Amino acid sequence: MASFDHNPIVEMRNIEKHFGPVIALNGVSFDVRPGECHCLLGDNGAGKSTFIKTMSGVHKPTGGEIMFEGRPMSFDSPRDAMEAGIATVYQDLAMIPLMSVTRNFWMGREPVKRVGPFNFIDFKMANETTMAEMRRMGINLRSPDQAVGTLSGGERQTVAIARAVHFGAKVLILDEPTSALGVRQTANVLSTIDKVRKTGIGVVFITHNVRHAMAVGDRFTVLNRGKTLGTAQRGQITPEELQDMMAGGQEMVELEGSLGGTV
Amino acid sequence: MSDVNAVVDERVKQTSGLRKALIRPELGAIVGTIAVFAFFIVFAGDSGMFNAQGVLNWSTVSAQFVIIAVGACMLMIAGEFDLSVGSMIGFAGMSIAIMSVTLGWPVWIAILVTFAICIAIGALNGIIVVRTGLPSFIVTLAFLFILRGFTIFFPQLIERRTIIGGISDVAQGDWLAPVFGGKILGGLFVWLADLGLVDTFSRGTREGQPVVDGIPMLIVWALGLMILAHVVLTRTRFGNWVFAAGGDAQAARYVGVPVNRVKILMFMFTAFCATIFATCQVMEFGSAGADRGLLKEFEAIIAVVIGGALLTGGYGSVIGAALGALIFGVVQQGLFFAGVESSLFRVFLGVILLLAVILNTYIRRIITGER
Ligand SMILES: Nc1ncnc2c1ncn2[C@@H]1O[C@H](COP(=O)(O)OP(=O)(O)O)[C@@H](O)[C@H]1O
Ligand SMILES: [Mg+2]
Repeated sequence: MASFDHNPIVEMRNIEKHFGPVIALNGVSFDVRPGECHCLLGDNGAGKSTFIKTMSGVHKPTGGEIMFEGRPMSFDSPRDAMEAGIATVYQDLAMIPLMSVTRNFWMGREPVKRVGPFNFIDFKMANETTMAEMRRMGINLRSPDQAVGTLSGGERQTVAIARAVHFGAKVLILDEPTSALGVRQTANVLSTIDKVRKTGIGVVFITHNVRHAMAVGDRFTVLNRGKTLGTAQRGQITPEELQDMMAGGQEMVELEGSLGGTV
Repeated sequence: MSDVNAVVDERVKQTSGLRKALIRPELGAIVGTIAVFAFFIVFAGDSGMFNAQGVLNWSTVSAQFVIIAVGACMLMIAGEFDLSVGSMIGFAGMSIAIMSVTLGWPVWIAILVTFAICIAIGALNGIIVVRTGLPSFIVTLAFLFILRGFTIFFPQLIERRTIIGGISDVAQGDWLAPVFGGKILGGLFVWLADLGLVDTFSRGTREGQPVVDGIPMLIVWALGLMILAHVVLTRTRFGNWVFAAGGDAQAARYVGVPVNRVKILMFMFTAFCATIFATCQVMEFGSAGADRGLLKEFEAIIAVVIGGALLTGGYGSVIGAALGALIFGVVQQGLFFAGVESSLFRVFLGVILLLAVILNTYIRRIITGER
């Protein structure tokens, strides 16, 4: 497994994050290595989104250390993190439905062509690249002018992922990319994650679905009420154990008993 | 990685080229423009509306609408409104008049200082909106009253009246004034008159001169602003940021678009357009009045909506807005030529606004695929 041959790209040590009186994160450690898919699991409200937002420069951690390629790092904005190579596909997607796929794909980094004293967007190049990158991820767009609003949920995720890969992400963070998708689209997104991992990018895959995590994960970290319960390798842990850790152990065992083990 | 597992959704109907062409923000405005021209050619075709003078008449009125509609359009696409445009027009005109006539400053200084003040007020509007997160509707409503109040207060305080005239006199020989109040291509019209294509005066002091002696700078500004805004919006990186800021500000921020800067700049651009309107008007009338520009903000917004922009931001067209403004100008002057009671113009505005909003909502559903 590629993940052991390399040093972590990002290493988060004892991250704490407080929102006023709310302690969203209470000492979380986590790292990502090139070419691995590290799953971050946890129930709703566990602090998963908050945690990755400290990694991607949206929040400043209240305590703890972030090491990027072995050096301590403090990102002031999402832009800083992006420039360093940490790309994030947020839960709420960061796609604009009324704008075309191309315009969304290049948003914030539009390629320009100089015409006399003016800089215009190079739409020919932008459209071709968008189509090619989407095809690489297994999606044939009808047209690059198509509004993102006309795409399915899975396709939108793929646009966001393809964009991150194209712009040279070293770490790709996906916040619950499968939570709103149907079976078929989930399978597509999971296979996209697999493709991305094989290109040597470290993927952080957030989910509360153990089966989705098991399908592509190399390592698993469970967050519960702002704390981590440790990281497990693939093969060292069963889906049932993961499920229990997410729910906080004991209560879940009882619940599961009464539901006949179907959860 | 190949196309083998490519997802082709067989349940998405192939959209025809025609349908695609129809899903454009300008659609309603194009249809409306054709309808309005057809209507007046039939009902006012021989009233003089379409001779050189008539065309100049409604073109000038339309150009006024275009200037403020272009600003309002960019701002609305960026997701904000400016209700202070009308008051800004009155304020800017009064500012030029007070500085040049009352204070006796050179007209060009009065114009430049006024531009600086008004653009700064636009920036202030924008800064308050992005800093407080309040709806721009409320913030600029406050400025609607603040600016109008000052526009009435200052001339009364200084000159004891609300209209200041005499600007034409002080503007004589000024180098900047003709950029707003002058005309171009006078020679062309003399030549056209010689060819018999444009009528000449047959009596009076201007006998033998063409009835149209040039294209007012107002029209030049309108066309220039329209082309500039259209190109910036559709062809440049900044234009993409304007769409993004209005489409979903948070999503835009996530990918590093400087949303606040974009919005503030659009407020400044709207103020700039309002000031151009005011300067042209002051130079044309030779006076400034405290009631100038009343209701202009709404007319601008209506033109923009007719042009296909969504009130919620992120979608629209400068060309559409300019056509909306043209529809306004043609109908307002056309009713006059056709001898129809001019108050019916208001009725027309209300009706066409409703139709446009309904059409836009429908188009938006098609684009986003929502139901
Ligand atoms: N900006 C914020 N201000 C205050 N509390 C917050 C903020 N963001 C998250 N929280 C709180 O932190 C906790 C973790 O939230 P979140 O990270 O979104 O969980 P998850 O993504 O695992 O569902 C929740 O209790 C949430 O209410
Ligand atoms: Mg979350």
